[in-house]
Amino acid sequence: MSSHNESIIREPLVTGENITYAKVTDDILVSVENKPNKAWWIGFIVAALGALLWVVSVSYTFWTGIGAWGLNKTVGWAWDITTFVWWVGIGHAGTLISAVLLLFRQNWRNSINRSAEAMTIFAVICAATYVVAHMGRPWLAYWIFPIPNQFGSLWVNFNSPLVWDAFAISTYFTVSLVFWYVGLLPDIATIRDRAIGLRRRTYSILSFGWNGSVKTWQRFEIVCLILAGIATPLVLSVHTIVSMDFATSVIPGWHTTIFPPYFVAGAIFSGFAMVQTLLLVARKVLGLENYITMFHIESMNKIILVTGSIVGIAYLTEFFIAYYSGSEYEQYTFINRFLGPYWWAGCLMYGCNVLMTQLMWFKKIRTNIALSWILSIVVNIGMWFERFVIIVTSLHRDYLPSSWAMFYPTVVDVGIFIGSIGLFFTLFLLFLRVLPPVAIAEVKLLLKTQSFEAKKKLIQEGHQHAEEVKYYTASLEKYDVITESDIKELVK
Amino acid sequence: MSTIKYILGSFGDPDEMMHGIDKLQENNIVIYDVFTPMPIHGIEAKLGVPPSRLPIVAFLCGLLGFTLGFSLLYYTMVYDWPMNIGGKPAFAMPNFVPVTFEVTILITALGMVAVFFFRNHLFPGRAPRVMDFRATNDRFVIAIDAKENTDHVKIESLLKEAGAIDVLHNERKYVSYE
Repeated sequence: MSSHNESIIREPLVTGENITYAKVTDDILVSVENKPNKAWWIGFIVAALGALLWVVSVSYTFWTGIGAWGLNKTVGWAWDITTFVWWVGIGHAGTLISAVLLLFRQNWRNSINRSAEAMTIFAVICAATYVVAHMGRPWLAYWIFPIPNQFGSLWVNFNSPLVWDAFAISTYFTVSLVFWYVGLLPDIATIRDRAIGLRRRTYSILSFGWNGSVKTWQRFEIVCLILAGIATPLVLSVHTIVSMDFATSVIPGWHTTIFPPYFVAGAIFSGFAMVQTLLLVARKVLGLENYITMFHIESMNKIILVTGSIVGIAYLTEFFIAYYSGSEYEQYTFINRFLGPYWWAGCLMYGCNVLMTQLMWFKKIRTNIALSWILSIVVNIGMWFERFVIIVTSLHRDYLPSSWAMFYPTVVDVGIFIGSIGLFFTLFLLFLRVLPPVAIAEVKLLLKTQSFEAKKKLIQEGHQHAEEVKYYTASLEKYDVITESDIKELVK
Repeated sequence: MSTIKYILGSFGDPDEMMHGIDKLQENNIVIYDVFTPMPIHGIEAKLGVPPSRLPIVAFLCGLLGFTLGFSLLYYTMVYDWPMNIGGKPAFAMPNFVPVTFEVTILITALGMVAVFFFRNHLFPGRAPRVMDFRATNDRFVIAIDAKENTDHVKIESLLKEAGAIDVLHNERKYVSYE
């Protein structure tokens, strides 16, 4: 039942005075039910121009072929696969928030899961376009799937990690989309019942006729729980398989057994950074400070710190194993990361991912919005360079010094990369306009137990231990929307 | 004979609504259904709604997915066109794990959600069977069939007593979206 009181020492997940169920709906639907503001239009126009650049660059690639990129005989994989892995990794945070945190009953996920899942879907769309573009002849993309054919029933090679990848990414995209949409149904119904005319009719179709009866909610909850249960191993498998694209080869720098856990940790790390990048801006622009609170920001920063440190340990392990292997080529590859011509990329990778994230140990930095935002961008840059270093630096000096080469991106390479960021933000901004950015029904669940208002009532009833109340009020100091007078009012 | 079809008790608070259910049940009044903007934990037990069997469906879909995935690999890699890759066995079980796993997950998710949609009659374009517009926003609505439970005055007073903000006597079952 919803009336169980939660321990007072836990931070509130929803803040704001006089919060009611109606106010939650009103607050969250502001961006959906009103005309967009100037900030949205500026963002959208910039993003749409980026998306246009993407269309031009990808079309040019399709027209001329992969020769439009800066690849050469030695570096046959570079920007394209780097950015593919980067986007897939970013996608992982959405599933982690919606599935893993649901299984662990972390209720703070309720206000960030919706936009994080949307981010997952858009990131996987961006990633998938790279795979298709890299095929060279994208109109034959279906050859990756085992379709009965007329080539003498020649099947795809299921021993190849690239085929596993096709299965993993398409399953991941489908399951994420289904999970996201099932979760959206009650919220679309909320919009439907408040709208009129054509909007009502449109949202009525999208709502699948949701009515919120007892049996519907019961089945809804069980479906979400099972989807979370199967999405958890799925998300781990996806980046494991992505890492096997490299780890099953015999290239020094790629052929390491630590790759699967290392890539998964890196994926969660970069994904949370992207969630942070998006939500710190979105909460301000959409006025969602009462739902995405400082507690959420700090929790995400803690996850960034943990996963960043795991990535750091993976880096150290890689170096140690390279030394310990006694293999000349292996050792050279790793020394080359610092002393070779790509030393700057290596420095960006290790500096951004390991050194900069260690700053998160300080509470002052974790709870500072501007610094958190800058650090999230730093992590995004660092994780892009991690993939670049692993891929290009390992390839560019191979076994034969006569074939050593450098990789220089062409305008098309850069265009596709910047364009894909534009595409991602275009999709995300459109999402904020047409669908609720926060899961309304799930936030309503928190209202009676885990909101600032509910805890205030508990304190005012006066049955709480004095030191617990003191601990609670001290934890409120980090919140940017709770003023000192609010806290004083609690203790009086 | 009155033309009232359904009586709706509209509550602003889930705990008061639960209280209302208790009150009605004490007086042997059958509750048709309850519509809420969020899941209410413990309400199924109160209303005697049996637990969902979707986990069983999910498990069966998982079995189906596993079988399909493994059969696909076995058929293509071992039976139909075995390839000689450095003299290694065609039936390379460890290499079959990733794709079998992915197909299992895919069929489980799609199958379970399809059954959920089918059982609850959810599909795009379905006319919403909604009794009160605010039940998806900020109201917790108990619906009582007015034909079966004839003492309307008593129902209204019980609902009001429990804390209902509004009690509606509707001549139509569902609200109109036209």
